[in-house]
Amino acid sequence: MAEYIILGIFLLGSFLVLVAGIGLLRMPDLFLRMSATAKAGTLGTGLMVLGAAIYFNEFAIYTRAIALIAFLFVTAPVSTHMLGRAAYFDGVPLWKGTIQDDLRGHYKVTTHSLEEEIVPEKDQPHVEDEVDAFEINK
Amino acid sequence: MMVEILWDVIFSFLAIGFISAFIRLAKGPHLPDRIISLDLISIMAIGFFVAYAVLYDQSSFLDVSIILAIITFLGTVAFAYYLERRV
Repeated sequence: MAEYIILGIFLLGSFLVLVAGIGLLRMPDLFLRMSATAKAGTLGTGLMVLGAAIYFNEFAIYTRAIALIAFLFVTAPVSTHMLGRAAYFDGVPLWKGTIQDDLRGHYKVTTHSLEEEIVPEKDQPHVEDEVDAFEINK
Repeated sequence: MMVEILWDVIFSFLAIGFISAFIRLAKGPHLPDRIISLDLISIMAIGFFVAYAVLYDQSSFLDVSIILAIITFLGTVAFAYYLERRV
């Protein structure tokens, strides 16, 4: 019985990892891709670690599994946020269907800071033209 | 018999996810896309290690996945720092 519970957890976890991979491949721009990988990848791997902890059923393994899950859940948002910030500075284009970009014009490239008012054009990150999803995914 | 088929399904899910992440790593189109796909590939490798630990009943594979998680985080942070200072 316990074997089938572990298999179910592993199936769910590996399915979430598969969803993360497909989302990384099919999403139209970088920021949507990051949301797909950070959520689905972390939860999928966390579920698989939980299944391994239930399978071994020892105190030492439970400790390691909890440490690993806590580490994954703490570090994934941090690294994703850092990378998203750096990518926005770098001028990665947004998807054509993006409705709102609250940060546009507020980042000052020379000081790498977020300003209250709109900064002049020459201090803004150079963003390439917005692109169509189907052009990227071709 | 049933259990073996389910394990095959689990590993094929992981492998298909791996392949799609590798396609994104090859295609780009920007540097952050490649960094995020490397990050996902290492997270998937953690999943592979954990699945092999259960399949072959070797609990020491879990230690490898802890180390890999730490290295992945440091690598992504270093890449993000490089990307931000490069501009």
